[in-house]
Amino acid sequence: MLTIKNLNARVEDKQILKGINLKVNAGEVHAIMGPNGSGKSSLASVLAGRDNYEVLEGEVDLDGKDLLEMSPEDRAREGVFMAFQYPIEIPGVSNINFLRTALNEIRAYRKLPQLDAKQFLKLSKERQKLVEFDAKLVNRSLNEGFSGGEKKRNEIFQLAMLEPKLCVLDETDSGLDIDALRIVSNGVNKLRSKDNAFILITHYQRLLEYIVPDFVHVLYDGRIIKSGTKELALELEEKGYDWLKESFREQPV
Amino acid sequence: MTKQITIPLYTELLEGFSHSDENATDDTLQKIRRAGFENFKKSGFPTRRDEDWKYTTISSFLQEQYHINGIAKELTASAELISEAIVPSLDAYQLVLVNGKLQPHNNNFPGFIKIIPISEAVIQDDVRQHFAGNSTVASGHFAALNTALFSNGLFIEISANAAIDKPLHIVHAFTSATNVFIQPRHLFVVHQGAELNVIETIVSENSLAKIFVNSLTEVIVEENASFNHYVLQTAKTGVRLVNQTDVKQKRHSVYSNYTFCMPKADLIRNNLNVALNAEQTETHLYGLYLGEDQQLIDNHSLIHHKFPHCNSNEIYKGVLLDKATGVFNGKVFVNPEAQKTNAFQQNNNLLLSNNATINTKPQLEIFADDVKCSHGATVGQLSKEAMFYLQSRGIGEEAARALLVNAFAFDVTEKIKIPELEQYINHLIALHIPGNKN
Ligand SMILES: Nc1ncnc2c1ncn2[C@@H]1O[C@H](COP(=O)(O)OP(=O)(O)OP(=O)(O)O)[C@@H](O)[C@H]1O
Ligand SMILES: [Mg+2]
Repeated sequence: MLTIKNLNARVEDKQILKGINLKVNAGEVHAIMGPNGSGKSSLASVLAGRDNYEVLEGEVDLDGKDLLEMSPEDRAREGVFMAFQYPIEIPGVSNINFLRTALNEIRAYRKLPQLDAKQFLKLSKERQKLVEFDAKLVNRSLNEGFSGGEKKRNEIFQLAMLEPKLCVLDETDSGLDIDALRIVSNGVNKLRSKDNAFILITHYQRLLEYIVPDFVHVLYDGRIIKSGTKELALELEEKGYDWLKESFREQPV
Repeated sequence: MTKQITIPLYTELLEGFSHSDENATDDTLQKIRRAGFENFKKSGFPTRRDEDWKYTTISSFLQEQYHINGIAKELTASAELISEAIVPSLDAYQLVLVNGKLQPHNNNFPGFIKIIPISEAVIQDDVRQHFAGNSTVASGHFAALNTALFSNGLFIEISANAAIDKPLHIVHAFTSATNVFIQPRHLFVVHQGAELNVIETIVSENSLAKIFVNSLTEVIVEENASFNHYVLQTAKTGVRLVNQTDVKQKRHSVYSNYTFCMPKADLIRNNLNVALNAEQTETHLYGLYLGEDQQLIDNHSLIHHKFPHCNSNEIYKGVLLDKATGVFNGKVFVNPEAQKTNAFQQNNNLLLSNNATINTKPQLEIFADDVKCSHGATVGQLSKEAMFYLQSRGIGEEAARALLVNAFAFDVTEKIKIPELEQYINHLIALHIPGNKN
């Protein structure tokens, strides 16, 4: 589904991504871990098309299409969804209005008929239930005054509504309480299918107990320095990153 | 005054006045008009040296050869033009004025509302006490000129303790094939304990002829009365609008003004003056201006706190595109006697183009010590972060911008108490965001 080849990117004058290679197939779950500031959110941002990142080199292919050539909205319409690490508040834009606009623009792009108010409401109710999202929050202004955890859960509700094929969750687990983590994970598991794929950026092995990854990668200093299976996450939990950093430094760059 | 003489309009006005003065039929009214004219002659049209006209060079809108009477009066507006003022699915009483003149209407109004042309009203003694209050005439310039030479307009009165069941929608249509200078004059009296909701919509065609409208409205809100006053200015190219509204509030009254300045008119200048003439009043001034092309939109307001325990709240929001210019000046005067005043003012602006300009000036003059007053003005651009968030969910750039501009306007639009009108205003906003032009 997704193939990233030798991706190099910078923000302002600082190169952040230094040759990322990653292949994600439909139906898979990949976890990306790594120390603070290593470039995990940057990778997600480049995939979503944030314009302060400049791609210096490399390719990103989504089911045969060149993702880097597309506007952020077209990437979303092609099925890329990034759950933000820090979702922003947009006062005055109602959550539900925003979602209806988004869904209908995506459907128009995919040449699907628009949903009328009734159909939309039905879908919204159904997905609220699926991810156990509070109905009161649905009608409020987008993230305005939401608690940290509520914002994260709103990201997952949006994901459930828009049915993307490539879902990048940037530290969605940070800030969730124990119950919310379980609920959100259950939601994600229900949304998993043979046709979509997930990239979970996380610092904690706990999330990976609920959503079991097929692969775990370690991102350090803009590169993926180690890949493995779910056991790698356990090892990291135990040993931290230093042992990897050291072996990485020994390699000639 | 020396400079005035060089513009053709000035001569036209002098002649027009002496003609109307000769034909005057009512002594008292004639006195009022003369006082107005003397005042106008003294003050003339404002220049940039007048502090209140610093950013609006009115002389550039007065150069044309305007007619002050004649043809324009006789015209009727096309049904199409009137229908442009319709607020979808809104149930309202409707009145239509063409170039200030009240058109025949069906008489389905409740008995407690009196509607007559201003010319008939001002010769009645009980009306005259409310007409051309000192402050109005003394302010000179356009207000004095209007008093001297107004021809048409409305007098609307709602009886004590009556409440209107649905809004009164007044459509002001302006249309002319030649340059005209039109001076409508209106007076609203909301008697004790009464409740009135009015929507005024100004419409015009895109006009090759220049239509200068110098309009003056006086509003009296008596004790315990409440008036929701919506003004929707959707005039198009060719129209220059100078619109003064003078409000007087009595004890325990509530006055809420909602002004929406939409794109296209060459010039909109609003002067909204509210005098709080008793204790325990409540005043809300909400404004939204959307400027496009070379448009100039200038909102001046004055809230005068003269008595203790009055609350005023003002929020004006501006969105400026292209080469448009916005001006906001919000005066709040608090007299020494006006203790326990709460006065809040806010003006926020969104510049959507590098060539757009805003001049904003909050002007609080507070002479009482036990008061709560605050003000703030901001100028900004659309948040890139917010744009990216919306786009990352599949929303195209134009739709995203429209959502954010609607959101910016939300503090004002959410205050609209008529849902159909709120929806309509939001629709108008979205229509004017770049890329969404119809
Ligand atoms: N706009 C910017 N200007 C300068 N540096 C930036 C900018 N955005 C990100 N960076 C830098 O890029 C590096 C990578 O940041 P990024 O947010 O991708 O890290 P991360 O791996 O997601 O970290 P965390 O685990 O703390 O979320 C950091 O050193 C950060 O300071
Ligand atoms: Mg991060």
